Amino acid sequence: MTTLTDPPKASFRLSMLIYDTRYRSLTIQAVAMIGFMLFAAWLINNTMTNLETLGKTPQFGFLLEPAGYDINQRLLDYNSQDTHMRASLLGLLNTLLVAVMGCITATIIGVLVGVLRLSKNWIVAKIMTVYVEMFRNVPVLLWIVLAMAILIESLPAPRAFRGENPEATMNLFDTVAVTNRGIYVPEPLFSNSLGNIHLLGQSSLRFDVSVDLMAFLIVLGLSIFGITKVNARAKHIQETTGERPKTIWVNLGLFFVPTGILMALLGFHLGYPELKGFNFKGGTHMRNSLIALWLALSLYTAAFIAEIVRGGILAVSHGQTEAAEALGMRSGRTMRLVILPQALRVIIPPMISNYLNLTKNSSLAIAVGYMDITGTLGGITMNQTGRELETVLMLMLCYLVISLSISMVMNWYNNRVKLVER
Amino acid sequence: MKKSVVFGALTVAGLAAGAAAAGTLDDVKARGKLNCGVTTGLVGFAAPDANGEWLGFDVGICRAVAAAVLGDPKAVEFVPTTGKTRFTALASGEIDLLARNTTWTFSRDVDLKFTFVGVNYYDGQGFMVPKELGVSSAKELDGATVCIQTGTTTELNLADFFRSNNISYEPVPIETNAEAQQQYLAGACDVYTTDASGLAATRATFEDPSAHVLLPEIISKEPLGPLVRHGDDNWGDVVRWSLNALVTAEELGVTSANIGEMAAGTNNPEINRLLGSEGSLGEMLGLDAGWAKNAIMAGGNYGELFEGNIGESTPIGLARGLNAQWTDGGLIYSPPFR
Repeated sequence: MTTLTDPPKASFRLSMLIYDTRYRSLTIQAVAMIGFMLFAAWLINNTMTNLETLGKTPQFGFLLEPAGYDINQRLLDYNSQDTHMRASLLGLLNTLLVAVMGCITATIIGVLVGVLRLSKNWIVAKIMTVYVEMFRNVPVLLWIVLAMAILIESLPAPRAFRGENPEATMNLFDTVAVTNRGIYVPEPLFSNSLGNIHLLGQSSLRFDVSVDLMAFLIVLGLSIFGITKVNARAKHIQETTGERPKTIWVNLGLFFVPTGILMALLGFHLGYPELKGFNFKGGTHMRNSLIALWLALSLYTAAFIAEIVRGGILAVSHGQTEAAEALGMRSGRTMRLVILPQALRVIIPPMISNYLNLTKNSSLAIAVGYMDITGTLGGITMNQTGRELETVLMLMLCYLVISLSISMVMNWYNNRVKLVER
Repeated sequence: MKKSVVFGALTVAGLAAGAAAAGTLDDVKARGKLNCGVTTGLVGFAAPDANGEWLGFDVGICRAVAAAVLGDPKAVEFVPTTGKTRFTALASGEIDLLARNTTWTFSRDVDLKFTFVGVNYYDGQGFMVPKELGVSSAKELDGATVCIQTGTTTELNLADFFRSNNISYEPVPIETNAEAQQQYLAGACDVYTTDASGLAATRATFEDPSAHVLLPEIISKEPLGPLVRHGDDNWGDVVRWSLNALVTAEELGVTSANIGEMAAGTNNPEINRLLGSEGSLGEMLGLDAGWAKNAIMAGGNYGELFEGNIGESTPIGLARGLNAQWTDGGLIYSPPFR
């Protein structure tokens, strides 16, 4: 006969929370959590109590009051009677503008420099090393201020363009004016414009959509759709007959003819900048503050990106290069088709944090008077309304949302290019 | 266990009480130093000299208050603040007193919870342009690029002025006076605008001041004065009456030169009350009897401070104008010492 003994019943005693290793880690975590919550609650409570003593209870009503100040670079229409909320929105758009421009140029410069640092040409490689070390090791604020100082001091003021024998003249057949207040370039104009659609009425978030632009984008989209169809057909013919029909002329025609006809219908022409009174009028004005900030941020971040790219390329085994060479590939194609696609997997994750850094560094804009969101919401609005806590919290929230959005997009891209493992 | 709870409660209570209020006057006395907020550098009003010693009209107010409270005009810790940081510095208690040509406005007084103790300079916003532009009125500035210091009342006045005259402009916001100067001199902006006194002070530092003109339009009222936090009336009184003592001293002819003999007693009872040889005004403020005497001795009376720092004999060359004593047709007027 066999005797079965029941396993001892797990009787739980309170002391086991401390003495039993199975529960101890849980206890510690719970205690740490409670401690953290208490600390956070104390901080918040302390802030609220002190603000109340100062007679400044947090409230966000000031956002709907008229801002009273002007903003020079406006991506949407705005005047000084608009609300603080709209002023913040314009600042946010300016932040996004410089961040997007900066990320694009930083990537292009960074990839180029990173590849060139590995060049077999000694001089090119060393010049790139000097560039990287110089920009990486000096604070970005100094680069921004330096870029601005160079623009202001070295370029001619608009008044130098005046008179019979002006000291300065416009460039590129009198179409571009380079001044120390910024660069004026021709702007696209439509004489038979279809007008704008006004969205969201008179609210602080209102914006206009240009029908001309929409029409252009639709036609362009249809053209590209047509081109993919032509290519698909060519591929089909190639697969059945082994011979690929020539599509280049059809594609070029599809691309340019419909958009050209649309432009002609809308009466497309360029508006040139012209010196009138104190400043150039007409054309698109890229302010020196934007250029200085954009240049400095791109060059600074590009130095970091160059190092990441170099590291990524070095991480690809040399056997890959040799294999490609054995197949008779030229070095340019080896880099483009074999090395870079593999290097990208290593490059993307650290690239995300550099994009985030660039975006956050753009908050140094006030050093050159660029009205980004730190300059409007966190600068003038905060100062005129005296709502420090509220504006800073909103500012943090804005940067948090921008940064998380960038991370999300980049992580999605990273998942697409990463090695599929089984 | 019990002990830590008690200590915890004490800490919380202490922190709460510390934030609520201990009198600023007691704090300053205990510290032995006055923390005074000034500009980051505007010659004539507040700027460090070659030896790092702060000089200027606003600095004079700081020194007078320090002398009245602590008996020593040197017992001041100057905290440079920008147009943007000044109010936070005062509200947070980093400074006890802000003397940084700050305009007294409704919203700053009521909404930002500050107490303006008086006006030490009646100013207005003006424009400076290079002479070669040939501009004679601010209304001719249509389309001009204007440099402004950000975080001040000037950018609001500017927006209002151009809007009401229906002309356009391009604002260039700038953080400090020095940067504005650089941009203006390089021609990156056509016009520099700030308080007329600030313009005169800035122009005085140029290589060739005569190449720049101040336009006749004064587009705003800018009563500049020292301010303290709301809610500590005792401290507000100390600063207010220190300023008034300087003004009254000028009115009564008390100067840093003759104060020694006047303090011994005169046959004018108001001078005696002011200088402490009669009555107990100092005691009412919580200061010693010689408080006003110390304040006046720190840098002289209001008129002496004005002439020595920004007056017509200095490079800044500001006339008294509105800032003359009321007896001379100006607006400088102190309530009586009684």
